[in-house]
Amino acid sequence: MANTNDVGFAMPERPVFKSQKGLNKRVVQELSHIKGEPDWMLEFRLKALEMFESKPLPTWGGDVAQINFDEIYYYIKPSDRVEKRWEDVPQDIKTTFDRLGIPEAEKKFLAGVGSQYDSEVVYHSLHDQLQKQGVIFLDTDTALKQHPELFKQYFGTIIPSADNKFSALNSAVWSGGSFIYVPKGVNVALPLQAYFRINARNMGQFERTLIIADEDSSVHYVEGCTAPNYTTDSLHSAVVEIIVKRGARVRYTTIQNWSQNVYNLVTKRAYVYGDGVMEWIDGNLGSKLTMKYPSVYLMEPGARGEILSLAMAGSGQHQDAGGKAVHIAPHTSSTIVSKSISKGSGRTSYRGLVKVYPQAHHCKSHVQCDALLVDGHSRSDTYPTMDIRNEYTTTTHEASVSKINEQQLFYLMSRGLDEGKSRSLIVNGFIEPIVRTLPMEYALELNRLIQMEMTGAVG
Amino acid sequence: MPTLKITNLTASILGKHIVNGVNLIVESGEIHAIMGPNGSGKSTLAATLMGDLAISLDSGTIQINDQHIETLTTDKRALSGLFLGYQYPMEIPGVAATQLLRIAYNTQAAARALPPLTPAQFQSALKSVASNLGIPHSFLQRSMNEGFSGGEKKKMEMLQCWILAPLFAVLDETDSGLDVDALKCIAQTINRVVQQHATGVLLITHYQRILEYVRPTHVHVFVGGKIVESGGPELARKIEHEGYGKYQ
Ligand SMILES: Nc1ncnc2c1ncn2[C@@H]1O[C@H](COP(=O)(O)OP(=O)(O)O)[C@@H](O)[C@H]1O
Ligand SMILES: [Mg+2]
Repeated sequence: MANTNDVGFAMPERPVFKSQKGLNKRVVQELSHIKGEPDWMLEFRLKALEMFESKPLPTWGGDVAQINFDEIYYYIKPSDRVEKRWEDVPQDIKTTFDRLGIPEAEKKFLAGVGSQYDSEVVYHSLHDQLQKQGVIFLDTDTALKQHPELFKQYFGTIIPSADNKFSALNSAVWSGGSFIYVPKGVNVALPLQAYFRINARNMGQFERTLIIADEDSSVHYVEGCTAPNYTTDSLHSAVVEIIVKRGARVRYTTIQNWSQNVYNLVTKRAYVYGDGVMEWIDGNLGSKLTMKYPSVYLMEPGARGEILSLAMAGSGQHQDAGGKAVHIAPHTSSTIVSKSISKGSGRTSYRGLVKVYPQAHHCKSHVQCDALLVDGHSRSDTYPTMDIRNEYTTTTHEASVSKINEQQLFYLMSRGLDEGKSRSLIVNGFIEPIVRTLPMEYALELNRLIQMEMTGAVG
Repeated sequence: MPTLKITNLTASILGKHIVNGVNLIVESGEIHAIMGPNGSGKSTLAATLMGDLAISLDSGTIQINDQHIETLTTDKRALSGLFLGYQYPMEIPGVAATQLLRIAYNTQAAARALPPLTPAQFQSALKSVASNLGIPHSFLQRSMNEGFSGGEKKKMEMLQCWILAPLFAVLDETDSGLDVDALKCIAQTINRVVQQHATGVLLITHYQRILEYVRPTHVHVFVGGKIVESGGPELARKIEHEGYGKYQ
């Protein structure tokens, strides 16, 4: 959501170390050195940097040619250490969180909070109960230090650096993010939450998240962010890797609301093993360009993947979002539901892939993408790809593009609602199937944001 | 006493004249039945009163008391106390009756001096009206009209009418597609709304059937986009026997 005056502010920065603009070998070495990383990580980063430099920019999706990689700070460290107690969090950071209405969620869900401020997690608390259950919930940098073996075993195995130009970039300069390990048979009852935001001019955020749900465990991770409003372009390029072992269940919920100048280019992928379930709930608002296609790789029979993608593009914005389901094993199933809203000159694209390998018989996949155009000159496209190599497969695909129905508008207005309220109610109704899967405070916030957009409270 | 006054109203759709000079005065608490054959322009008249942008209002005025509402947008007409019960209520996916009505009630209460209700009071009022209409409470949480039967949709319209307590309600064929029990229930609700809120009603129908349960104070025969004859309840019985043939 762009230009929301309420959130379009920036607190004074108080970074301890601020790297040079631009990216080269020295920046990566310095960054790794300051973090005190093991050699293997430095090597991993340097190799990734080479891949980043050698890979061309993608020519499909959105226009990324405008990104000036030399004008970006690749690492900022706002305070020296990771703080565990809320009392120790610097006051200006708290003020920022207050204005964003964040601490409520933290109070409500004592299960654990990791909030990322600039590049690094500065505040992290872990509920006793979780610790007793053996759950690890740390910022990714700390996890590398405290759980080196576990970390090395999984890091970069789901999304190799070479996957795409932006995963290579993230692999070279990643900082922060969340690391979660849920042991066998453990069910984490409350959602684990983290908040991310960009708060430094031209600062890229390259967080890296790794979630491992061991056999028969379950966890729900929620991230959300509201970016302040800057005039120069920013880059957010995250990598999220998830491993859902046999019988485990992971839900990953994102509500991202970047300011209008942010390039949001994120690679998210989950490997799902026998009878495991992965659910991506991915809400993209704001940003200049978002390219994001959460993926499920269904590795063993019984694995199931569900992707709910929600995108809203206002004027000057392009949301290129969707999902990928890759059926590697037989008897696997996937669902992709995409709901997109375009307004003004905003543009949404659904881009999806369903791939069924020759050995993957008896698979089921359902894709549904619905686009709503709020006014005349907005645009929506779909790019569905189906690559089905096994004929014992059931795939269904439904797509719809609709405008706000004038007769629905008339109906609501005849009850006394003005046009803006009526439009936002219709839009909220359109995305309700996704909103109802969100935790309450996110659902309320999302409805509020949409109302602000529809009633013109924000540009 | 509130008065709805319609004067020389003409309206067209895509250049085709459909409402051809309607004059009508409805006082608070009165029930005016408008009877006419299919295609005579009854629904178009109703939608014109409510300000449907698909219809062009070519001439004439609509007043509530002395306020001209024909220049107002639809929402402002509602806030002036006008209600339309639709012949074909719209489905609004993802929007529940309770959600819509809470916003509608709060908006109208602020504009029309309706009693303010706390969320709890509102919920209990809504439920009690729903019970009266035989609407299961679970329906209040479902998407408006989506997958509802014809009768359920009409009950939902009456639920909204009751809750919003309009000065004037235009009920467009709220009696069609109902079984006898549902018909009686809707008729009872109309009577109660008139008694409780002194609402003036424009009851659009093409059957005489509902008039056995709702006593109209006036009956108008509507053919070719205008009122061709007006009278008391006896006119409805005459139409039932003779049909509209002699007017066409
Ligand atoms: N949206 C529309 N576009 C074109 N013609 C319409 C539209 N709505 C109604 N009409 C025409 O207007 C005339 C009156 O229709 P209507 O008002 O629905 O009659 P009634 O309610 O008396 O059955 C009919 O000839 C109908 O076909
Ligand atoms: Mg009709």
